[in-house]
Amino acid sequence: MDLYSKEVMKHFRKPQNVGKIKNADGIGKVGNLRCGDIMYLYIKVAKDKKGKEIINDIKFETYGCTVAIANTSLLTTMVKGKTIEEAMKIKKDDLVKKFGGVPFIKIHCSLLAVDALAEAIYDYFKKIGRPISKELEERHEAAEKIGEELKKHHGGLFKVEEELHKEYEK
Amino acid sequence: MQKRIYPHTTTRTENQRYFNRERRFLFGVGVYLDYAATTPVDPRVLKRMMPYFSKKFGNTMSLHSFGQEAKADLEESREEVANFIGAKLEEIIFTGSATESNNLALKGIALARRSSSGGGRHIVISQIEHPCIMESAKWLESQGFEITRMAVDKFGRINPEDINKAIKKETILVSIIHASNEIGTIQPIVEIGKICKEKGVYFHTDSSQSLGKIPIDVNLMNIDLLTASSHKMYGPKGAGLLYIRKGTKIEPILHGGGQESGLRSSTVNVAAILGFAEACRISKKEIKKEAERLQKLRDKLIRGILTRVPNSHLNGHPKMRLPNNANFWFEFIEGESIIIQLDLLGVAGSTGSACSSIKLEPSHVLLAIGLKHEQAHGSLRLSLGKWTTEKEINYVLKVLPGIIKNLRKISPFKA
Repeated sequence: MDLYSKEVMKHFRKPQNVGKIKNADGIGKVGNLRCGDIMYLYIKVAKDKKGKEIINDIKFETYGCTVAIANTSLLTTMVKGKTIEEAMKIKKDDLVKKFGGVPFIKIHCSLLAVDALAEAIYDYFKKIGRPISKELEERHEAAEKIGEELKKHHGGLFKVEEELHKEYEK
Repeated sequence: MQKRIYPHTTTRTENQRYFNRERRFLFGVGVYLDYAATTPVDPRVLKRMMPYFSKKFGNTMSLHSFGQEAKADLEESREEVANFIGAKLEEIIFTGSATESNNLALKGIALARRSSSGGGRHIVISQIEHPCIMESAKWLESQGFEITRMAVDKFGRINPEDINKAIKKETILVSIIHASNEIGTIQPIVEIGKICKEKGVYFHTDSSQSLGKIPIDVNLMNIDLLTASSHKMYGPKGAGLLYIRKGTKIEPILHGGGQESGLRSSTVNVAAILGFAEACRISKKEIKKEAERLQKLRDKLIRGILTRVPNSHLNGHPKMRLPNNANFWFEFIEGESIIIQLDLLGVAGSTGSACSSIKLEPSHVLLAIGLKHEQAHGSLRLSLGKWTTEKEINYVLKVLPGIIKNLRKISPFKA
């Protein structure tokens, strides 16, 4: 008997789209204050034939449990090639449903993944100077607040990460 | 080479064959390294228990021969267990679990002292107790008792001198875990016991993890109350004990038919208690050799992991630790995902990560030894036991570095 569903394990065993994107158009960094998990999402945006913006490439990095890793992997496969509008419509329940359910205590991991995507899109909008909806702004503010708190918790890790990131962008 | 001797075998090869057969039956091809969570029942223990589920089903309180036979066997068990820890027959109270024993010890002493005139209201525990002590103390706090939670050093050791300072006129009980269930650190029980004796304060220790792994003598260690658990030492689940030194004032928390000298009313679970006693009897014979064997394997595991996995650290004391406990933390990754990856490869371990707890909080023991949230997040406990072989340790040393590497690849904190 396994703790998690087959779908969760599929993504955990072989996570899709792991890594960073160089010169990403948007980066979403979120964390959960209670459990301490952290997710990074990188997106590259392009225009499709109809001229609509799509998520051309997406990659993730997750510091967290089985379900956190599986969620980010699943989300990247769901939004890759989709328009930003479509991607924004994905809710945490859609992820949980695709997994065929997760233990109650792990539902926050799905929310975290969805938040990471929202943050990446926010970052993209901000970069190109597009007006940001009130909802997205609020979500960003909440995520930022948590980020500040997390830095107190995980101070050592963020220092390492910043240095690594600098190396990478060179 | 496996050292355990099966009495009916004559040659070493035959002995090894029996061991392997037992191992395969219990674990299949899996590598079970979570003996600190629970252990399988030793087949010899199971054999002794079986009749008590059928022919010898009697209630120890019954006057007829069915009941009296069960009662006689229960008392025989009590003697075996008492022998094992250097106690007197009447000082052993059987309970249903170590949690129950710890609850009885703390609440029973607190209630007894409160009702007597001039009783104190102060209890000393440590910051690295098992949750059943932590929560019992918290409840007593809500009932008006004062609790002091002793800090530990970075290895998880308590300084006995600190206990000496913490004891005051109102102190009625000091309760310190003998060996940590998480990091395996063994406390200076003898010294703490001595201090309590000098100051006239009851001393309770939770030896759920240590009994059967390191020798215990309640008199040499100046212990007034001691908790132990059957299922951590190859006995069945559903049996625990509380040793209570003669003359100790304690109130029951279960009231009823008056079994166990009135301290633990409930129909006695004869089968489980007999199993517990048998486990103690076996342990008494094998404890020394087994501890030496496990310690060698443990040290191989610890050395192997620390050298093969970069940025890995040992939790707990390097020497003063249970012979079967190894606990690490790995930088940049989370422990629950290590456990699930190990499970996929047939290895069973455990973690103190917040992600594995139902409260989403990291282990209080790891925080108490000074680990930060992020460090406790990447913790892994591997605990060895009777059927652990060198081959299994080699296998873990082979697969674990790869698991850590892969998870770090996914983590944003390490490229």
